[in-house]
Amino acid sequence: MSKKNIEITVRCLLFLCSIISLMILVGIGYFLFKNGFSAFIENGLGNFIFGKTWNISKNVYGVYPLILGSLFVTTGSIIVSAPIGISVAIFMTDIATSDIKKIIGPCIELMAGIPSIVFGLVGMIFLVPLIRENFSPPGYSLIAAIIVLIVMTMPTIITLSEDSLRSVPRQYKEASYALGATKWQTVWNVTLPAAKSGIIGAVILGMGRAIGEAMAVYMVIGNAFKIPNSLFDPSRTLTSNIVGQIEEAALNSQHMHALFACGIILLIFVFLFNGISFKMRKVV
Amino acid sequence: MIKPQIAQKISSVLLWTITLLVVSSMLFIIVYTVLHGWRSLNMHFVFGSTITGGLMAPILGTLYLILLTLLFIFPLGVGTAIYLSEYAPENKFTKFTKFALKSLAGIPSIIYGLFGVAFFVVFIGHTCILAGALTMACLSLPYMVTSAEEALIGVPKTWREASYALGATKWETTWKIVIPAALPGIMTGVILCAGRVVAETAPLLATVGFSPFNPVSPLDGARTLALELFYLATEAPSTGGITRQDLITQAMGVAIILFIIIILMNMSVRWIGKKYSNEQYKIGR
Repeated sequence: MSKKNIEITVRCLLFLCSIISLMILVGIGYFLFKNGFSAFIENGLGNFIFGKTWNISKNVYGVYPLILGSLFVTTGSIIVSAPIGISVAIFMTDIATSDIKKIIGPCIELMAGIPSIVFGLVGMIFLVPLIRENFSPPGYSLIAAIIVLIVMTMPTIITLSEDSLRSVPRQYKEASYALGATKWQTVWNVTLPAAKSGIIGAVILGMGRAIGEAMAVYMVIGNAFKIPNSLFDPSRTLTSNIVGQIEEAALNSQHMHALFACGIILLIFVFLFNGISFKMRKVV
Repeated sequence: MIKPQIAQKISSVLLWTITLLVVSSMLFIIVYTVLHGWRSLNMHFVFGSTITGGLMAPILGTLYLILLTLLFIFPLGVGTAIYLSEYAPENKFTKFTKFALKSLAGIPSIIYGLFGVAFFVVFIGHTCILAGALTMACLSLPYMVTSAEEALIGVPKTWREASYALGATKWETTWKIVIPAALPGIMTGVILCAGRVVAETAPLLATVGFSPFNPVSPLDGARTLALELFYLATEAPSTGGITRQDLITQAMGVAIILFIIIILMNMSVRWIGKKYSNEQYKIGR
């Protein structure tokens, strides 16, 4: 084969490789809609989204409590993990010496690498009994899921906020120091405002992570299909609903269609969060 | 109004406290797991056959799944990365591909699980390692591409130009100069993806099957360590003589094994990163 032919073959092959990722994205969309869309028709779109029953034997499916459950755990966890995560990011960029960074950096990296199932396990064995004995039974509850998600979204928020804090030009800070400002005044009045959109983007990406987390939430939330009255009530999210039933649902049944429809709604939320986050962090 | 100097002191103390709290919460998770699980870690449990209550099948299943997944995404991921960094023209299609990769990276793993059930399991006809590996390949492809692409972009432009000046074609340059130089970064991507196969559970729940036998063919069912942990933690004891407490201890034991694997992987990524940047330094200057 001549050099020119090799060149052309290679170019074509590499191009084919790069098409695969597009095909996967399209394929996920296609199969999700192919299997899930009929749930919207079988139940009626309004009844499916605002319905409050999930009855497998009668084939009636409504996901309103699931959507609320997902939104509750997401907002609940992000309200706590955002300020904490941003604080750690400020600590890492402005206060920590390089020695301290060398210890804490790998710790946060490791935290990001811990399998979600382990968070779920520790939540189930440690947190749930703690809540049951000290607050209110059954322990498997919204608050347990929120606490687990606080820990799980932390690494995302910390690393991405840190990135955007670091990308604030040095001169800004130096100008502030030159005016006699303290470190904290500089952080509060100069660095944070300059990095604002990146930090908000990081927090919203954290929300995307939280709403999509399945296993850990499934293990601690109790999976009761109802709208929770308090933080200590068991509840169910879109993801934990899928985890709990994906193995038992028969292919092409209305039940399976409803699970895929949960996936569609979940995906819409995730794309919304990630889209905003990409815009804020100027990724795309 | 608080004095700025006092505000500085207060903020400093607060940030220290919060950071230590976060780090200690992570250490707590590890210490708690180790304290509750170390008792189950003996030769019989870790390397015993799964039919007699050991972990042999999950360990083999995890390895099998890692190998099969990498078999798919290594050529695909590196190929995509080479295309994007060396060949792709600046057009709408390229932009769209990059956007697709970013979107894929953000999709929750449970969605991949649904996709795997609807496509791979239906296509193959039953749950098996192959279906699980294909699902995991879709999930980890964006990570493979991103790390390989970063590594390829990091190769100095001058090296490529030197190769062109010697009369090498684009592919010869890519194959003999760029890829070898980017190999450490590509290896980082491989380890990262293997880590995802070890850690993920949701995409495998309904795709990989759940067999207590050691897997032989890619069409056999299997379990992974993470899946085994999930079942140990959530299912009621089936046979007599084993209490729920025993199962929890075993689940914690599996968690310890997962920690060890993840820590080893993180360390090797760091080691490769260090070695790589040193070498760059030597050749570059």
